[in-house]
Amino acid sequence: MEFRQHKLDNGLEIIAECNPQAYSTALGFFVKAGSRDETDQLNGVSHFLEHMVFKGTPTRSAADVNRELDEIGSMSNAFTTEEQTAYYAAFLPEYQSQAVALLSDILRPSLREEDFAMEKKVILEEIAKYDDQPPYGAHDRCMVAHFQSHPLGRIVLGSTQSVSALTRQQMLDYFRSRYSPSNIVVALTGRVDFPRLVEQLDRCCGAWEPFEAPRQILPAADHQGLEVYYKESSVQQYIVQIANGPAVEDDHRYAARVLGTVLGDDSGSRMFWELLDTGLAESAALGSYEFQGTGLFMTYLSCAPEDTQANLDTVRRIIEQAERDGVTDEELRQAKSKILSHLVLQSERPANRLFSVGNNWLQHRVYRTVRQTMDRYQQITRDDVHAILQRYPLTHTTTVTVGPQTEVSGIAARPLPAA
Amino acid sequence: MENQSIHHHTFDNGLVLLAEPMSWLESAAFALLVPAGCNYDPGERLGLANLVGEMVQRGCGSRDSRQFINDLELLGADTSASVANAHTSFGGAMPADSLIEALQIYADVVQCPLLPEDQFEDARLVCTQEIRSLEDDLPQRVFHQLRQMRYGDPYGRKSCGEFAGVQAATADDVQSFFHGTYRPNGAILSVAGNVQWPELLAQVERMFGDWQPRQAAMAVPTPTSETCRHVSVESSQTHIGIGYASVPYSHPDYFQARGAVGVLSDGMSSRLFTEVRENRGLAYAVFASCHSLRDRGSVMCYAGTSTERAQETLDVLLAELIKLADGIREDELARLKAKIKSGLVMQQESSSSRSTSVAADWYHLGRVRTMDELVGILDGLSCESINRYLAEHPPSDFTLATLGVKPLEIPFGISSAQT
Repeated sequence: MEFRQHKLDNGLEIIAECNPQAYSTALGFFVKAGSRDETDQLNGVSHFLEHMVFKGTPTRSAADVNRELDEIGSMSNAFTTEEQTAYYAAFLPEYQSQAVALLSDILRPSLREEDFAMEKKVILEEIAKYDDQPPYGAHDRCMVAHFQSHPLGRIVLGSTQSVSALTRQQMLDYFRSRYSPSNIVVALTGRVDFPRLVEQLDRCCGAWEPFEAPRQILPAADHQGLEVYYKESSVQQYIVQIANGPAVEDDHRYAARVLGTVLGDDSGSRMFWELLDTGLAESAALGSYEFQGTGLFMTYLSCAPEDTQANLDTVRRIIEQAERDGVTDEELRQAKSKILSHLVLQSERPANRLFSVGNNWLQHRVYRTVRQTMDRYQQITRDDVHAILQRYPLTHTTTVTVGPQTEVSGIAARPLPAA
Repeated sequence: MENQSIHHHTFDNGLVLLAEPMSWLESAAFALLVPAGCNYDPGERLGLANLVGEMVQRGCGSRDSRQFINDLELLGADTSASVANAHTSFGGAMPADSLIEALQIYADVVQCPLLPEDQFEDARLVCTQEIRSLEDDLPQRVFHQLRQMRYGDPYGRKSCGEFAGVQAATADDVQSFFHGTYRPNGAILSVAGNVQWPELLAQVERMFGDWQPRQAAMAVPTPTSETCRHVSVESSQTHIGIGYASVPYSHPDYFQARGAVGVLSDGMSSRLFTEVRENRGLAYAVFASCHSLRDRGSVMCYAGTSTERAQETLDVLLAELIKLADGIREDELARLKAKIKSGLVMQQESSSSRSTSVAADWYHLGRVRTMDELVGILDGLSCESINRYLAEHPPSDFTLATLGVKPLEIPFGISSAQT
């Protein structure tokens, strides 16, 4: 396993974790452009643009792009988050240059008007799909309620209204403000021909014009509150809770993940024994998520509507007890064993490993081997975990619930607004 | 594909052990299929197999339920369990040196579970939660309806059963189901990853050799004649499921049928993606897949689309299915072959993916196809062979399941003609 890196003159960074023994190659273009970089008016444009990137370039139609992605037998896709848009493909090593040529070309899309109008319909269907799917927007609403006017309070998909109102020109302007080569990392894992890769990317992307594409990193306030939404047709009640947590630059995030595993993993955790093993909830999980400048702990619960209050009380009691007494040696050992084993299993596939390698570089220009990451988790102590709870009060939460309950904790339910 | 060896041994009690050593991995994975699926549920106890599947994981051998989960987590085993129609399956992936210990635990799960009566009500609640949460999963409900209409009882049952059946079940039912169905004859244990065959064989003999075979009777098959069902729900989208008869995995023509469905649905240049999503913007999610029982198969298609465009979506879907009988093109087949080949090679990066494929092959074929054999079959596929199959078996006699605000109209003659 060898790590290699190169930077083109226009700022485009190329990194690769090369494994000559691998059966496949994974390639990703990671762009620092997500919903936090939008304005309220443009909400949803990052994700819509992700779809439009597959709609072709001056030399390729949308059908050409789809056809060529399939011709190289690739497993390819893309996703958009609050902080990034990633385009990726996994393929057999002999297709490296075709995959690089194709992905680097589509990253300069034509954004044709007729494709824009057609794809808008697909995005609206995607929004409608999530509208029908648990937790019925509870996650998005909780992000909005927790972050309020902070840029992370903008939801990735946007709303039916904001997406309907978007114009092609607005998308083009957004593209020209975010897709600077200096704002993009090209990452590869698996079997990689690095010299050939650099030479090819220089040829394909070397002419991309660089420009400043700054991102505002604002501190997030510590909001608390409860919003209750009524959805008659839902059978279960869905609950999302958010509390502040360590940011991506913060070394505490390792201990935060261990804490999340002890308290809220889907098996063997304190929430598991109290809520899942007993059948009191259908799902109950707590995990940590990091962004630039801030992070969060998110709790997710689904249960019979009438058990909502009791289950919320149980979650609170579990957290208060941990804040008071910390975690045990046995719990620490168990959580580490799970995390380390998960890291090993994940890293066996270049297509999985790609995202750790690409994200780490995009977010803070750090490369870590799987072993280095494992060592970091090994070093976590009970005190480290307890310190997280002192630093981030997990009982200071923003809570959003959706379901057939007409009232939760004395707050009357309001109708669920359209997506 | 290098040096693939697949080992097989059938023990005197009927248990089949399969192993595929993958020396380049750090992990190992297993799949244990016990012939105790929901096909064995008594008609008035639908959901019993699922309840027993939950109970057997609440302590076994010398371990109580807490020790059971703690020990697996300390081994770094990422485990799962599921109930399907034919089998109750247990599986796990882990660092290879944990495998034998994990297998020992599962040997106890299937041979000497504690079935603790004091946990029966908790287990019943867990199963009830599963039934309730399925009610909120509209695409899954469409598939279950489709399955029911295609296969009748018991093959079309949903594994979580019915609320009434789970409510009626007693601790005695759990005992008698376990003792009546959990058995080595018909069970398959498959292992893939960094393992040594001679040691594995000896250990499995020691752990499972004394398991006593027995006879078990499943529910008497009752076919259904229903071909069209609409369930009215308040939803943003209409969820459409279409099914039609195909050949099972063991049939000599299976890969002809699979090839045709691949042209319909594999990849972004496939026909359904192109016609429904790209050219008309009718849906975000649209796909078709082959589904196989041991003696019969189906093709099942899904699209989720907003109510006002649902009829158009159904019409376009049916038109594409019917058009398939006119044949596929060389370029479509070439792309499909590239995709399937990549997928086969990439299976070698995942012990869990191989362990499940190996077990499924044995269940359907009574042997395991090697990668070389699969590549040979793939190379042998031609447009002529697939088109000949399609001419003889044109998609017809469609089964339609819809969920949404309004029922859809089936174009006259579509559901019964075209044979």
